[in-house]
Amino acid sequence: MTVLLEARDLTVRYGGHTALEGVDLQLSPGEIVTVVGPNGSGKSTLLRALIGAVPLAQGRIQPSPDLRIGYVPQKLQVDPTLPLTVDRFLQLPHRVPAAERSRALEEAGVPHLAGRQLVSLSGGQLQRVLLARALRGRPNLLLLDEATQGLDQPGSAAFYRQLEEVRDRSGCAVVMVSHELHVVMSASDRVLCLNGHICCQGEPEAVSSAPEYRALFGSGTGGALALYRHQHDHHHEDGMPHLAHGHGPGRGDREDGGRHDPPPPEPVPAKATVEEETSPFPGESGR
Amino acid sequence: MLDDFLVRAALAGVGVALASGVLGCFVVWRRMAYFGDATAQAAILGVALSLAFSLSIFAGALLVSVLMGLLVSSLSGRHYSMDTLLGVLAHAALAFGLVAVSFLPGIRIDLEGYLFGDILSVGRQDLLVIWLGSALVVGLVLFRWSALLTATLSEDLAHASGIQPRREQLVLTFALAVVVAVAIKVVGVLLITAMLIIPAAAARPFSRTPEGMAGLAAVLGVVASLGGLRVAYVLDTPAGPTMVAVAALLFALATAAGRLLRARG
Repeated sequence: MTVLLEARDLTVRYGGHTALEGVDLQLSPGEIVTVVGPNGSGKSTLLRALIGAVPLAQGRIQPSPDLRIGYVPQKLQVDPTLPLTVDRFLQLPHRVPAAERSRALEEAGVPHLAGRQLVSLSGGQLQRVLLARALRGRPNLLLLDEATQGLDQPGSAAFYRQLEEVRDRSGCAVVMVSHELHVVMSASDRVLCLNGHICCQGEPEAVSSAPEYRALFGSGTGGALALYRHQHDHHHEDGMPHLAHGHGPGRGDREDGGRHDPPPPEPVPAKATVEEETSPFPGESGR
Repeated sequence: MLDDFLVRAALAGVGVALASGVLGCFVVWRRMAYFGDATAQAAILGVALSLAFSLSIFAGALLVSVLMGLLVSSLSGRHYSMDTLLGVLAHAALAFGLVAVSFLPGIRIDLEGYLFGDILSVGRQDLLVIWLGSALVVGLVLFRWSALLTATLSEDLAHASGIQPRREQLVLTFALAVVVAVAIKVVGVLLITAMLIIPAAAARPFSRTPEGMAGLAAVLGVVASLGGLRVAYVLDTPAGPTMVAVAALLFALATAAGRLLRARG
């Protein structure tokens, strides 16, 4: 199978703070990867490194020659003094044929918004317009940074459905960062649990039962990894003892994380040493 | 025709208004008003240096303004908020400039002329510099238009499109310094930011596209310049502040009209 993009040993530092360390990542055409992790775990930094927005302290990124990235940022703050229609926005920085623009809007589920001003859009509409902009030029890799931030539950569910449709139709690979720590799109082929480094990765069910994942999210969500198809398939809660509520994963838990017996085959425990001291949510600093 | 000082003043005002109207839109969209102040007030230091070393005022002001812009850009995001940083640098530059001017031996300079402009004393040479500078700024902004606009919307989107936001920031910093340098004669360092911000803000209610807003801002700037000059002539008031006052009235009218337009749907 061809590889869309290969990243090796990605390391990003902000000042003296290491936001991302030694991340290896390989993306294949058409696969959906969800990146989860606590605040400051380097999720956004990972995506921003992939688009070249942050300098690498170490490591390299090797794109395939035909890689076309569509990027959906976390949020777009449009200054109210800037008059800009959706149609014009889709043509920044380069002109895009009208047919391509309406196709992109159609695919993002907002064909009727072309003439609207950006500042007049609701949060959900703006996210879809951002998706439409990312879909111009038919990307084969979509990067979405907490794309459902600020949307309510039905709103994000609808957005994920739209995304699945896009993927099914165009076959593009999708890497999305999820801020709803425990909510992962049902179609995810792979979940990547990040905390400065890759803690573990694998199929959603496998990751949800991995000790490294539990160490990070256990106390907050009872360890459950909720999927949007969550009407069935709850068996992953079985068999694994929940961490007690209010008891953050102790230092000991995590320091010996690497020596846990790895539960069923899929999850690949990486170096599970976590440098932060007591809280599983080590602050906002990493972005 | 250029022999008439009023004609030269009008042409100088129009030249500055065209550049400041177009560039002013970016100053408004990117919330760089204070940045503009810092750059403009640094120019007084440039004026003092020019007089001390017998350079042209334009060159001295341009040099110090560019340096100030670079300094602000490089210090931003370190230890202080942009707001504090600019507050320190803008006023420090003005204070050092005024102190430096007082050291100049034997030269009695018309400080007020540099602080508030002296458009009626614009000579042919000044006119040439003003129009060349304005053409440079307008040309540069139009040339980088799409990249500037994308970087203004979102640095990450710019990166994803292969644009370096840092470079676009430098383009704006340089353009701002040029506008400051050519506008000293016309409105003076203290009111340059006004000619950047006010026409652009007045154009906002009637604009649906960024290009439309830039064009209208340039037109409103020209109207304010010529109108201000006329009022100053009739009422015998200082020209620079009168131009800014007229621009402010245009802004008030535009805002009121914008409200009415919206109320009617």
